[in-house]
Amino acid sequence: MKHTISVLVENKFGVLSRVSGLFSGRGFNIESLSVGETIDPAVSLMTIITSGDDRIVEQITKQLNKLIDIIKVVDFMEIDHVERELVLIKVSPRKTDKAEFLKIAEIFRGRIIDSGTQTFTVEITGDEKKIAAFIELIKPYGIKEFVRTGKVAIAREGLKKK
Amino acid sequence: MKINGSKILIECLKKEGIKHIYGYPGGVVLNIFDHLYDEKSMELTLTRHEQAAVHAADGYARASGKVGVAIVTSGPGATNTVTGIATAYMDSIPLVVFSGQVPTMLIGNDAFQEADIVGITRPCTKHNYLVKDVKDLAKTIREAFHIASTGRPGPVLIDLPKDVTTGMAEFVWPKHVNIRSYNPTYHGNRWMIKQSIQMISKAKKPVIMAGGGVILSGASKELKELAEKAKIPVTMTMMGLGGFPGTHKLSMGMLGMHGTYYANRAIQGSDLIIGIGVRFDDRVTGRTESFAPDAKVIHIDIDPTSIRKNVDVDLPVVGDVRNVLTDLLAEMKKHKEQWGAVRSSWLKQIDRWKKERPLEYRFDKKIIKPEFVVEKIYEVTKGKAIICTEVGQNQMWAAQYYKYDKPRTWLSSGGLGTMGYGFPAAIGAQMACPDETVFDIAGDGSIQMNIQELATAVINKLPVKIAILNNRFLGMVRQWQELFFNERYAHTDLDVTPDFVKLAEAYGAVGLRATTPDEVVPVLKESLKVKDKPVMMDFVVDWKSKVYPMVPAGAAIDEMIFDEEKKKPEKKLRTVK
Ligand SMILES: Cc1ncc(C[n+]2csc(CCOP(=O)(O)OP(=O)(O)O)c2C)c(N)n1
Repeated sequence: MKHTISVLVENKFGVLSRVSGLFSGRGFNIESLSVGETIDPAVSLMTIITSGDDRIVEQITKQLNKLIDIIKVVDFMEIDHVERELVLIKVSPRKTDKAEFLKIAEIFRGRIIDSGTQTFTVEITGDEKKIAAFIELIKPYGIKEFVRTGKVAIAREGLKKK
Repeated sequence: MKINGSKILIECLKKEGIKHIYGYPGGVVLNIFDHLYDEKSMELTLTRHEQAAVHAADGYARASGKVGVAIVTSGPGATNTVTGIATAYMDSIPLVVFSGQVPTMLIGNDAFQEADIVGITRPCTKHNYLVKDVKDLAKTIREAFHIASTGRPGPVLIDLPKDVTTGMAEFVWPKHVNIRSYNPTYHGNRWMIKQSIQMISKAKKPVIMAGGGVILSGASKELKELAEKAKIPVTMTMMGLGGFPGTHKLSMGMLGMHGTYYANRAIQGSDLIIGIGVRFDDRVTGRTESFAPDAKVIHIDIDPTSIRKNVDVDLPVVGDVRNVLTDLLAEMKKHKEQWGAVRSSWLKQIDRWKKERPLEYRFDKKIIKPEFVVEKIYEVTKGKAIICTEVGQNQMWAAQYYKYDKPRTWLSSGGLGTMGYGFPAAIGAQMACPDETVFDIAGDGSIQMNIQELATAVINKLPVKIAILNNRFLGMVRQWQELFFNERYAHTDLDVTPDFVKLAEAYGAVGLRATTPDEVVPVLKESLKVKDKPVMMDFVVDWKSKVYPMVPAGAAIDEMIFDEEKKKPEKKLRTVK
């Protein structure tokens, strides 16, 4: 089962390696990890996508909590939330396919952020499903490069338990 | 007034009440050592290896209940501490280890004697620090001692670049430690405690399983009260020995891989296990799927990660063991139950198991049995010594045949199983408890892993007694080879061992030897007369002795094997000189 775990940490050097070291040292799985400062520059937020059965995920959250520099751990599994990821994709459609490709990008609210003689770079944000669907559709147009930020998540108003 | 970082370090140690430090000097810590040289309020003990410095600090901590301190230099000095730190980490022992580091501007340049010790020790410390500015030094040290000694204790490392210990700053000792991200839970949840009383009163066949947490939190008195009041038999993990009196009627001794028959049977037959300050490690549970099949589990521990890590728990109580037991006892007083009546048939059953297969070995008139030596150590010390051990058969026999009545009298590397731990730990323990008799029960293999510390013990006039159960083998590994590898003794035969008596003498210690059973007690008594130097005793024991009972790896803990050697035709594998 996939879990999105958000981890509030002290913004100190070495914290990222404490967290990643915990995952590798205990054989936990990291599917994606994104880190950024919060409004308070002394605090960073990590969003970790991981998977495992209940017992493993329980251990992951407990072990994270045990690290001294970690302020708070939230498993979004139990919380109503929204998730987003940003993806940049460089595509080189054949001349004849260009219009069709741009149409698909538009439907998915992708933005063309760079274009050259051979390629377009499209930016798309969304949840997992939307991004997967988009990638599937544009594959035939020839993906040259592909980069994604990893997911970030935020609770809906009121931090309601599901 | 501004003072330099080395002085700040010493001021901090004074504030923490530190009297003993173990260490080894080198280039980047020269100035710290130079300042310590004049310091009257604390003593630095020079060990002969940095690993031993950390083990000695660890032994000091285990015996005294205080935080152990070690100081070493950068690079090789720091990397030599890793085994010591990992040993303390696995057993939750509070230590603060200071390592020197190259100056901050050289960090990352592969400078001479640079090692990323913060990176290296990250997974085996409770927390660690690289101090980059002398202004942060006092606060960091204050935090480190706080983290090491509170919650689930553990080692903390502080890496000190040379410019930090030479740089100048005001010494400001923070009044309080306030780490927003570190708030251990000290008190158990009330509802959970009430709930556990319900479970205890319903149980017909309960067992208390006590671990190292009982000793770390100082809860022996409360544990005894609980066991006696509710008439619950107690078994201890290896780390828990001494947490409950080994001579008590309700004690079943140690459980697990080399636990007693009755403790393992009781666990498997129980309907309620109360795990107190334990982590249900695999040496204790055997095959987890078949561990205590009919039992509900109450698990009391300060570390939430221990709970449900290895076994399922019906009722977790997170909190300091002593606080939880105190609350539990208070709650119990409100109940009018007659706890004893419902337990009598269970306690009788346990007595039957005790009689059915007690701990036993075959005495021999000619050859010294290792178990016999441990028994005699128990007798001559009247059960009052502090016993340190190495790792292997020596450790298990010391756990089985010595009865520990008090906490902090059993010092052994449980989690990591570090050969070479016992002797330097004994040095630390002897310094913490100068009036106690301190033994290191050793194997001839393990003792050679830190034998250089004879020099440390001699120069400090420490009367540590080393009892080598000399079987000329890496005995525990040989035991596995005999039982599971067709008696192929691959690289476990220590054909060339030094003459330990001469070796002791070469260091200026006393060396004694016993080769027959009737020499054992006189040698031990002789050792007890020596008050100002270490004594190394070479007990030439039966090399074929094995530790029983034994639960083979991967078996359930009641699938024990016993000493059935009598039935086997005697095999001559090796003549022993
Ligand atoms: C540092 C270290 N290396 C290897 C081992 C694996 N090991 C466990 S017991 C043992 C044999 C110990 O032999 P000895 O000290 O002679 O004790 P005995 O078992 O004979 O009592 C070994 C090699 C270990 N525990 N620690």
